Amino acid sequence: MGAQILSVSVDSHFVHKMWNDNELSKMVKGGIPFPMLSDGGGKVGTVYGVYDSDAGVENRGRFLIDPDGVIVGFEVLTPPVGRNVSETIRQIQAFQLVRASKGTEATPSGWKPGKKTLKPGPDLVGKVWEVWKTSEAFD
Amino acid sequence: MAEEIKAGCARPTGGPVGEPAAALSEPKSSVQEEEKKAMIKVGSKAPDFTAPAYHQGKFTNVKLSDYLGKWVVLCFYPGDFTFV
Repeated sequence: MGAQILSVSVDSHFVHKMWNDNELSKMVKGGIPFPMLSDGGGKVGTVYGVYDSDAGVENRGRFLIDPDGVIVGFEVLTPPVGRNVSETIRQIQAFQLVRASKGTEATPSGWKPGKKTLKPGPDLVGKVWEVWKTSEAFD
Repeated sequence: MAEEIKAGCARPTGGPVGEPAAALSEPKSSVQEEEKKAMIKVGSKAPDFTAPAYHQGKFTNVKLSDYLGKWVVLCFYPGDFTFV
């Protein structure tokens, strides 16, 4: 998949080191493999619309950026609910497939690797019901 | 990619990734500030920034545009040593 993860919070990079060394390295063998970025004051988070200036922290914003630097998707959650990493991975797989097909294929609702894609074009207009069933939107 | 450096501050460059930050030198009105907040749109370039980072035992400086050519997952979270 080859995606680069970057995590960001308002904590200093010194605190990131302490968190990695004292807690996260006990959950993830070898410690956190990606850069842990510091955004003191939330300047970067503000530009991305995820910094909560009242609480002084970032919300759980996740931005998917393609190799051209274009944001292809994002999700923002308030702090108490964690994300679904599997869904992020699925979205990357879908966007990579579409990009590799140069836009000749599209991934319908519920698509995951192994499921069929759609090939948009004049022949498919009004015919999606023949090639794709709503049950395929679910696992 | 990201060189090891002394501590700095995180800052947006004022431009999207892969393009010069020309708009930053102009005087800012509150209207422009509002526009800056509305920069995030799917299908548009991500705002570029630099930020100090901790990565595998080293302190580095990360610039988003250094990762052009790769898929990037940029994840914000509330804080270290919190629970979720």
